[in-house]
Amino acid sequence: MMKIVVVIKQVPARDSFLRVDPGGAWIQESDLNYEINEPDAYALEAGLQLKEKSGGEVVVVSTGPARVASTIREALAKGADRAIHIEQEDVAGAGPLATARVIASALETEKPDLILTGLQSDDFGYGQTGVILAELMGLPHATIIMNVEVNGASLRLKRELENGYFQHVEMPLPALLTMQSGSNKLRYATLMGIKKAKTKEVRTIAGVQPEGAGTSIRIERVYMPGSSKQSQIFDGPPREAAAKLVEKLKFEARVL
Amino acid sequence: MSILVVTEQRGGAWNRMSFETLAAAQQFEKPVHAAVIGTGIETLAQELAGYQLEAVHAVSHPLLEHYTADGYSLALRQLIEKVSPELVLFPHTYQVRDFAPKLATSLNRVLVSDVVARHGDVFVRQLFQGKINADIRFTGEPPFFASLQAGAWRADQTVAGSAPVVPFTPELKPEQIRVKPLDIFREAERAVDLGAAEIIVSVGRGIKEADNLPVVQKLAEVLGAEMAASRPICDNGWMPMERQVGSSGQTVAPKMYIAVGISGAIQHLVGMKGSRTIVAINRDPEAPIFEVADYGIVGDLFEVVPALIEEIRKVK
Repeated sequence: MMKIVVVIKQVPARDSFLRVDPGGAWIQESDLNYEINEPDAYALEAGLQLKEKSGGEVVVVSTGPARVASTIREALAKGADRAIHIEQEDVAGAGPLATARVIASALETEKPDLILTGLQSDDFGYGQTGVILAELMGLPHATIIMNVEVNGASLRLKRELENGYFQHVEMPLPALLTMQSGSNKLRYATLMGIKKAKTKEVRTIAGVQPEGAGTSIRIERVYMPGSSKQSQIFDGPPREAAAKLVEKLKFEARVL
Repeated sequence: MSILVVTEQRGGAWNRMSFETLAAAQQFEKPVHAAVIGTGIETLAQELAGYQLEAVHAVSHPLLEHYTADGYSLALRQLIEKVSPELVLFPHTYQVRDFAPKLATSLNRVLVSDVVARHGDVFVRQLFQGKINADIRFTGEPPFFASLQAGAWRADQTVAGSAPVVPFTPELKPEQIRVKPLDIFREAERAVDLGAAEIIVSVGRGIKEADNLPVVQKLAEVLGAEMAASRPICDNGWMPMERQVGSSGQTVAPKMYIAVGISGAIQHLVGMKGSRTIVAINRDPEAPIFEVADYGIVGDLFEVVPALIEEIRKVK
């Protein structure tokens, strides 16, 4: 029987049209739609599959403002048993160390056997929160995991390396893993699951920054990136755009 | 500001991104120290000694023979205490992603990961899969930690010179290494060498369904091009893994790369941005792929690609 904690994040939907605040402090969040960070959805799936195989409990943890509740409900509808919502307004300015500290303190009493999370977030993309959390909790970790096998008190993992290589690693439990996208088929919530989710426990706690958070980093300004190349972009009717492109490819780039 | 560059090797072979980081450090500030970690690294350390550096630190210990996050962060922490650099730079590799955040945390610092540029004290990194840039400043006391994106600095701009090799043996105990690394392997031999292709037509999420692939395959046929894909397409099993372009697949630099329905996440861009001519077809005008494209069409690929095929037939 394992207690599995899955740390998930709510992020702007993948196809969001992003606009920067006039002051460049942050993006305009008012008209955005949100969804679960994709690698975290795979972490949740891996957690649910492990529970189905060997029994136990899946606890979902997420930090963020009130809107995060919808993503938590969805995870519960898919089969997580209960959830902890660490309520925090300024997730943007927090940075990965501060975020991991808040999560670590919320998990102090939970004592999970296994913590799973996505390898990175689609919004900030630091790719660090999981590894930092492991260090703060004194746990061994492994990153970019494709496959998890539990053998008693230890794990056998398939890690992704670069250039099409993989590596097997073994490690003891308790441990933290960051999961790669695409290694499983994601499940949908069933009607029964959605109904059940309404009765499941969601504990909301205030995200308090522990004292002595130490040095960190500060986002000074955000902006739309300038193009690194002189791009020639055509739009309008497809036929006209295609004709213009082919002319350029033949006479300017000379690749046809 | 003194800099320590942490290079990367496996089994005596460099990860070439190490030299991009070395070149960046040499442009940033002096003095620059470099570290190479592992066992049997004398030859690699000697090679580094041929660059303009303050010193090359050859960090060796039997427990560092194979990479582990525990071993590397404990060893580097001791080296950092000895050298006292103000800035520690890494290439932003999968391995660095595995241990550098742990190392920085153990010193109560935050790593600025995947940096694409530096202006004065400001480091630039990308947010939202490359749609937004952020200027980031370190606060508090050094050492500061940053990892540099593949291709953001050029390896051929390193400056030659000579530097002493300083051996460094960290204190490590077997029980401190909790993860046991096993075999490194590939799933299947690569039958397709995308690196040799002159033209590549690559397809991404915009294709929506496997049944739609023939639309793009036809374009590849007309051009005599190899087909490739972004990660989600291969994850779904719509195209074989060996045709995946990006950090976890192949790195390509053909004469022409046509990205169809690919938004251009960083992981994809690092695998193709060296292509001579890049063409992007995407319905989202804000898609990051247009930032690296020489030519682009904003529109629905299901309308644009057939029109393009027709126009190419006219001129071929």
